[in-house]
Amino acid sequence: MAPSDAKSSPTVWVTPSRRLPCERRRVVACGIYEEYFAPIFLFAPRAHLRTLINKIFPTIADALADVRDGATIMIGGFGGAGMPVALVDGLIAQGARDLTIVANNAGNGETGIAALLAAGKVRKVICSFPRQADSHHFDALYRAGKVELELVPQGNLAERIRAAGAGIGGFFTRVGFGTELAKGKEVREIDGHMYVYETPIRADFALVKAEQGDRWGNLTFSKSARNFGPVMAMAASVAVASVHKIVTLGEIEPEHVVTPGIFVQRVVLVEQEALAT
Amino acid sequence: MSTTTATTYQRLTRDQLAARIAQDIPEGAYVNLGIGMPTLVANHLPAHREIVLQSENGILGMGPAPTPGQEDLDLINAGKSPVTLVAGGSYFDSAESFSMMRGGHLDISVLGAFQVAANGDLANWHTGRAGDIPAVGGAMDLAVGAKQTWVMMEHFTHQGVSKIVGACSYPLTGVRCVTRVYTDLAVMDITPGGFLLVEAVAGLTIDELQRVSGVLIAAA
Repeated sequence: MAPSDAKSSPTVWVTPSRRLPCERRRVVACGIYEEYFAPIFLFAPRAHLRTLINKIFPTIADALADVRDGATIMIGGFGGAGMPVALVDGLIAQGARDLTIVANNAGNGETGIAALLAAGKVRKVICSFPRQADSHHFDALYRAGKVELELVPQGNLAERIRAAGAGIGGFFTRVGFGTELAKGKEVREIDGHMYVYETPIRADFALVKAEQGDRWGNLTFSKSARNFGPVMAMAASVAVASVHKIVTLGEIEPEHVVTPGIFVQRVVLVEQEALAT
Repeated sequence: MSTTTATTYQRLTRDQLAARIAQDIPEGAYVNLGIGMPTLVANHLPAHREIVLQSENGILGMGPAPTPGQEDLDLINAGKSPVTLVAGGSYFDSAESFSMMRGGHLDISVLGAFQVAANGDLANWHTGRAGDIPAVGGAMDLAVGAKQTWVMMEHFTHQGVSKIVGACSYPLTGVRCVTRVYTDLAVMDITPGGFLLVEAVAGLTIDELQRVSGVLIAAA
């Protein structure tokens, strides 16, 4: 079968070196999409592995296996909406420590980022709104000097993350000018207004909670649970999305894809959590 | 309650203040109501006026709280309470949401405040007290982005100190960003010349208002 008569799904040609070792292992272990094409590449310098794109990982543990100590991890969510609790639980179990967390909040109650903080895995939090009625784990660690805080206005946080994902080397914004949060930052007058220079924020991993996903990594989200998910997926080397439903290619209307698969490296199915009260 | 004045006038209740602000929001306006007291304004928007509420966490066309039992934890407001979406509403990510503010697309932002200064400086995010954990959220974005930034607050602190000031003593949220202040005593515009009285509650003279506020307030 030549590439031109391949099945309706587009194909990719990858050399093993272009993939992370664990991802290649996964694809090969699945065995579903692996094919060799000796006739076509008889004279190629080495055997080529033909594989269809498959970003779906069987378990959260597989999807987070290569998180290293000291990594920067973006975690989606605004309060509880969009908080990928199952992925964060997986991160705690995985055991990486000394983490820098980039998120809007610094944990609510006992789950998600709060549990990660309580487990002692976090060195620094970059967020906009740490102090809440139920942020006791963060509060205690912060007051004890055990976690560092970089406070960022929420829109600057979103845009700094977006900038990293978009390859922008920072930007000037009016937000924060003249305040404590802009102290020491470069300022510039543009069209009669004072602007502050903000740098991009990138991450090693992004953990985002989406609604539907396919094997290319195309994602849809649910209502206001979308929040930071799309920009965080762009800004991380490895974006891991938990989805409530895995669908076949094309099942998400192309016009309805919120995050195109190019920004997503791993997709894991997580059943809808029981609604908290 | 403040004991700084003899009461020849009645302060507005929170609901009366919310209704007073709602009255000034025009047909077709895109509005963000900050967390805390400004949320109350939504309850008083005239039903015959089409006003589109924005929520920083990615909602345009936010509706009222759902009926009990219909809460959806994926659909919450900036204060993290369950809300609904009106027909014509939309969802978007955080970067797009803050583009609506920063880009000047939002008509009115209504914010609570610790202090508002005569030059329009706003302090509403941090007391600056040692031991207090700072949290800014979208306050700084909302303060400078909208076409108009309105403040809704009680005129005095619980200790009876005026929150209308010559210069903010708390850490600033935004510089020269407030355009109008609504308190339980008066409505004031911020002009290049400082506070300008729009109206005061019945029985309160401008002299008395200036006395209790400790700042100059010009008559309209």
